[in-house]
Amino acid sequence: MSMRIELDEPKCVAAGQCVMVAPDVFDQRDEDGVAIVLDAEPGPEQEDEVREAAAVCPAAAIKLVER
Amino acid sequence: MKEAVVVGASAAGLAAAETLRRQGYAGKLTLIGEELAAPYDRPPLSKQILASQWEPDRLVLRTEIELAALDLDLRLGVGATGLDLAGRTVALADGTRVPYDGLVIATGVRPRRLPGQGAHVMRTVDDALALRKRLGPGRRLVVVGAGFLGAESAAVARGLGCDVVLLEPAPVPLAHAVGTQVGQVFAEVHREHGVDLRTGVAVSAVTESGVRLADGTLVEADEVLVAVGSIPNTAWLDGSGLTVADGVVCDEFSAAAPDVYAAGDVARWHNPRFGETMRVEHRTNAAEQGMAAARNLLHPGEGKPFDPIPYFWSDQYDMKIQAYGYLRGHDSVEIVDGALADRRFVAAYSRAGRLVGVLAVGMPPKAIRAWRVALTKEER
Repeated sequence: MSMRIELDEPKCVAAGQCVMVAPDVFDQRDEDGVAIVLDAEPGPEQEDEVREAAAVCPAAAIKLVER
Repeated sequence: MKEAVVVGASAAGLAAAETLRRQGYAGKLTLIGEELAAPYDRPPLSKQILASQWEPDRLVLRTEIELAALDLDLRLGVGATGLDLAGRTVALADGTRVPYDGLVIATGVRPRRLPGQGAHVMRTVDDALALRKRLGPGRRLVVVGAGFLGAESAAVARGLGCDVVLLEPAPVPLAHAVGTQVGQVFAEVHREHGVDLRTGVAVSAVTESGVRLADGTLVEADEVLVAVGSIPNTAWLDGSGLTVADGVVCDEFSAAAPDVYAAGDVARWHNPRFGETMRVEHRTNAAEQGMAAARNLLHPGEGKPFDPIPYFWSDQYDMKIQAYGYLRGHDSVEIVDGALADRRFVAAYSRAGRLVGVLAVGMPPKAIRAWRVALTKEER
C-alpha cells in the first residue's frame, strides 16, 4: 500500500493544523497561509501522521488516495 | 465489543466511525443520522454556499465508495428518540431499537429560535439554500445576532448587494469571546462595508414584516436570519440516566457512562489542559473529539485524556480570523504583533497571567505559529 495526498487548495482555510501534525509533509505559504504539500507520496513511516492531518483538517481539504 | 453504534452522522460521528475501523474494530457498526444527506461539511454553509460560490456537492465529506469501505449499517433520515442505558439499546424514530455494546453520542446542536414564524436559521444545507434563494441586490436582510455565524452571513449578504441590518444585544459584538478591543475592530469592519450594525438591541419576536424589538420598534425586513446560538440535541436522552447540562456531561476521556462517549457540539467535557469544563462548537473539535471518543471506547483501560487546543476560523469580507485556545476564560488581552488599526494583528489572551489563547487577523502563518507553540507549552 502506498498513499498519495491530494490537496483541494480552494478549500484550505489556512488553519495550519496539518503542519502541526505532520511538519515534514505539509507547510504553509507565507502570503496567505494556504497549505503546501511537501511530499505528496509520503513513506509508510509518515502515514499515521498524514492520516491524522487529513482527519483534523477543519476544511476537509486533504484527500488521501490509498492504493 | 461487537455492536458499536454512533448516533449523529456529521463531522464528529463520521470521525468516530472511521477511527473505530482504522483502529481495527471489525464488528457491527451502525451510524445513525437524522438528516437524509450523507455526512457533509457545515462551515461553508454561511460562506461559499450562501454566496453561491459553491454548490452543495462540494460539501460531501466522503464519497459513496469511501463510505462503503467502512462497512456501515448507515441509517440516514432517522433520528434517535431514546436511550436505554441498562438495556443497552437506542430507540429510533422509525420504531426500531438498535442494541449496542459501545456507543458514541454525536447528535450536535440545533439553532436557538425566537418567538414568531418565518425566520431563517443556518444549520443545515437546506437552511443555507433557502436563505440564498432570497438574497440579492436591494433585498433587505435583518440578521439577529452578531456572533460568528451572523457576522459571516451578514458579510456574504452585503457581497450579494443586500441591505443588511445586524442586530446585537451586547454593546460590542463577540466581546465575551474576543474582548472589547478586537470586537470593536470587527464592528468597524462591518460598518465600513455598509452593514447597519445596531448594538445593545434586544429582539423580542419575528413578525411578518421584520423583527419586533423589546422597546416595541419594528425593524422591517424582506428576510430575517436568526443566529442567536444553539441548543444541544439531548432531548432524546431525557430520563436515560446520563447527566445533561447544556450538553452531555463527560469526563476528561469524553466518557458519559461506561462504554458511552460523546463528541462534538453536543459534548460537555472536562479539558484538563485548561482545567475547565467546556462545550466547543468548532469544526475541528468535532473531528478531534470523534476520534478521541472512538479510541477511548476501544481501549478504555489505556484511555487518553482529551485535552485539545480549540481552533476556529471565520471569514468576513477579506478578513480572515483565526483563533487558537480557549479565549472565553481570558481576563486580559494584549496585541503582541501587528496593529489593530491595520487589521493585521495577533492578540494574546491570558488568564491569571497564563496564556490561554491567541487570535490572529491577516498575519502570516509563521507569525502565528510561535504563539501556537507557546500555547502547547503553557503549564496549567
